[in-house]
Amino acid sequence: MSGAQTAAAQISDDLGVIGQLQYQDANGNKVFVEGVDLSIDDVGGATTDKDGSFRIPVEAPGEYTINIDIATLPAGVTLRDPDRSSLQVIVSENGDQRIIFPLVSSEAGAVANAAASASEGNWSVRRVSQLTLEGIKLGLYLAMAAIGLSLIFGTTGLVNFAHAELITWGTLMAYFFNIYGLVGFLGFMSGWPAPFGGGVNFIIATIFSMVMGGVLGYVLNRVIFRTARNTGVSLLAQMVMTIGLSIFLRYVYLYFFGGRYRSYGDYASQRANSFLGMELTTRDALAMLVSVIVLLGVGIGLTRTRMGRAMRAVSDNKDLAESSGIDVEKVISQVWIFGGALAALAGTFFGFDQVKWDMGTRILLLVFAAVTLGGLGTAFGALVGALIVGIAINWSTLVIDSELKNMTALVVLIFALLLRPQGILGKKQRIG
Amino acid sequence: MDWGFILERTFSAMIGPEVMIYALAAVGLNVHFGYTGLMNFGQVGFMAAGAYGVGVTVFWLDWSFWIGILFVFVYAAVLALLLGIPTLRLRADYLGLVTIAASETIRLLARSRVMKPVTGGVEGIDKFAEPFYNLSPFELGKFYSLGPFKYLGRDVWVLMVGWTVLILVTLMVQQLMRSPWGRTLRAIREDEDAARALGKNAYYYKMQSLMLGGMIGALAGLIQVIQKSSVQADTFNPVITFTIWTILIIGGPGRVWSPIVGSSIYWTLIVFVENTLRQLPAGARQTLQDTVELSDFNIGMLRFMLVGGGLLLLARYRPQGIFGSREEMALDRR
Repeated sequence: MSGAQTAAAQISDDLGVIGQLQYQDANGNKVFVEGVDLSIDDVGGATTDKDGSFRIPVEAPGEYTINIDIATLPAGVTLRDPDRSSLQVIVSENGDQRIIFPLVSSEAGAVANAAASASEGNWSVRRVSQLTLEGIKLGLYLAMAAIGLSLIFGTTGLVNFAHAELITWGTLMAYFFNIYGLVGFLGFMSGWPAPFGGGVNFIIATIFSMVMGGVLGYVLNRVIFRTARNTGVSLLAQMVMTIGLSIFLRYVYLYFFGGRYRSYGDYASQRANSFLGMELTTRDALAMLVSVIVLLGVGIGLTRTRMGRAMRAVSDNKDLAESSGIDVEKVISQVWIFGGALAALAGTFFGFDQVKWDMGTRILLLVFAAVTLGGLGTAFGALVGALIVGIAINWSTLVIDSELKNMTALVVLIFALLLRPQGILGKKQRIG
Repeated sequence: MDWGFILERTFSAMIGPEVMIYALAAVGLNVHFGYTGLMNFGQVGFMAAGAYGVGVTVFWLDWSFWIGILFVFVYAAVLALLLGIPTLRLRADYLGLVTIAASETIRLLARSRVMKPVTGGVEGIDKFAEPFYNLSPFELGKFYSLGPFKYLGRDVWVLMVGWTVLILVTLMVQQLMRSPWGRTLRAIREDEDAARALGKNAYYYKMQSLMLGGMIGALAGLIQVIQKSSVQADTFNPVITFTIWTILIIGGPGRVWSPIVGSSIYWTLIVFVENTLRQLPAGARQTLQDTVELSDFNIGMLRFMLVGGGLLLLARYRPQGIFGSREEMALDRR
């Protein structure tokens, strides 16, 4: 928003971001691209006209992030640098600021786009199985994010709206370790050798990111929510506190990270492998495998280990657990650490497509739908709910525009509440 | 540093359009949360309903602006029904989940390609508010000043109408809350089971409250798009909802004038801080830029950190608000 909405915003009609989208075809002729959507977050957007021109008016001078919607580019036309689908632009008091998105017409892109559009609206076995695979991938990542949210609710009764920021935290930490190394983001230490100054391998960065996720979970509980519980702050007030925390953290991320899309140094783009008619990159296949192993480990941990059983006992009935000698505060602390680490891992995987300051918030709706569908407070319910939501969202693109697929989560959420408000695996109890 | 400029901006912000719009939205939230105890985390969705109520009528149906104003209330009522039916029989936090999800979904739907013929997509809708500005007795492009306040003519007109609406709505809410109906709402807030035991259908009362507060929120959305002369999906960001929450908690939930007081305090503070930072001497600015990355863009982001941090601290230490009383405090039950 960058001051655009202040009462004091300067009244000037002639400030804006302008540009013209064009590329050269095989014969070297300029072709202007019509119908491409561009937008500036919280300000507005525009669509290019038949000359490929666009203009987005802004209200005040300042720094803006402009995004191009790659999905609206015509078949066969791509950005010359796919990582630069969003650019920073500084608008001065003097008038319009011009910005350039370099486009290229690529054979490969044309083929891929043609393939995609050929299968559009086509209920082939191939398309459905591809969507199912994508759905399972999304569901596995969502499950890791959702388990922590569900267990925190189970043990404390708190709906943690700041869970989205734990997910983003994981993405950002993985990015920083991957690009800058352990201390390189401190600037003056960037000259140190790897693993301190230079970036570390993505796999190691992921592990560090999980550790940092656990640390943030622990700190948030220890500093904010434990003291609130002990002084008897009501659950509703605590819920509002999580919202405040969520907004605060999100804009701290934006402040230091900026509004730009970025990508990891490793595994940013890979060729898809084809098997059984489905396409999957090696990176995604490995990430899915890791997710399955982690989730199996979580399942075994919750049912077989002392700590896991204590967590489930506290979720089930806090007073009973306490009277049978379980240290409830310790269990809650463990749940936050564990939930934070899992959310961070989910965040690292969600970051493969792009790293952005508000990516957790973008999927929070899906996580909520997953935990409500599965049953708030049950860890296994979160897993089941996440897989259903992931698959439902991807299948929904068979009938609706893929831009609107996340709406499916809201529909799932509302139907879950209407038909079975305690969730699939939730126990029937008074929730009214 | 130009203190005259900073003070002029700050004074004008004290009763400016933002104060009026956010206060009106907070009056709606006050009906929901302050008087009924409903955790509505999607007030911005109702504002969007109001904005598109008039925007879609003019842009898509090509009907008159004045008929559009009727649709503002229709859309808000329909949205309240959609949100209320699945959630109002359940525990308080489910309404929170669904409203926050719905408000974000409305934004995504409104800016989508599919809805472009109806809502204008990312480009939004403009040139719909002329009938309103044609009635203005003030010259639209001219600056008017009165004492320390200084506004453009068009804003003076919006402010005059807006503040009248705001005061009337506030007085209406005051009278409603003194009526038996309002007392029932407060009884439900305090103890829903007791209200039910006395034969009150809590579900219907909560639904009516959700609709009334939603319509007031929609009215705020309407005035906002009239003031900006454009309907843009991305201005209905969920963070607006929580700015409204912060404003309500600053003033104290469950008190009639708290939305106006809270909104005025919030915007005065924000405008003063932002303008002071922007006007800092170049040397000091450069130092802040180098040490804590305080760029122009980041000054704009500070307000959201203040909203977040403020909401966290208020809910923790002063849930009854700065001026609220512990008796009217709805955040501290259960």
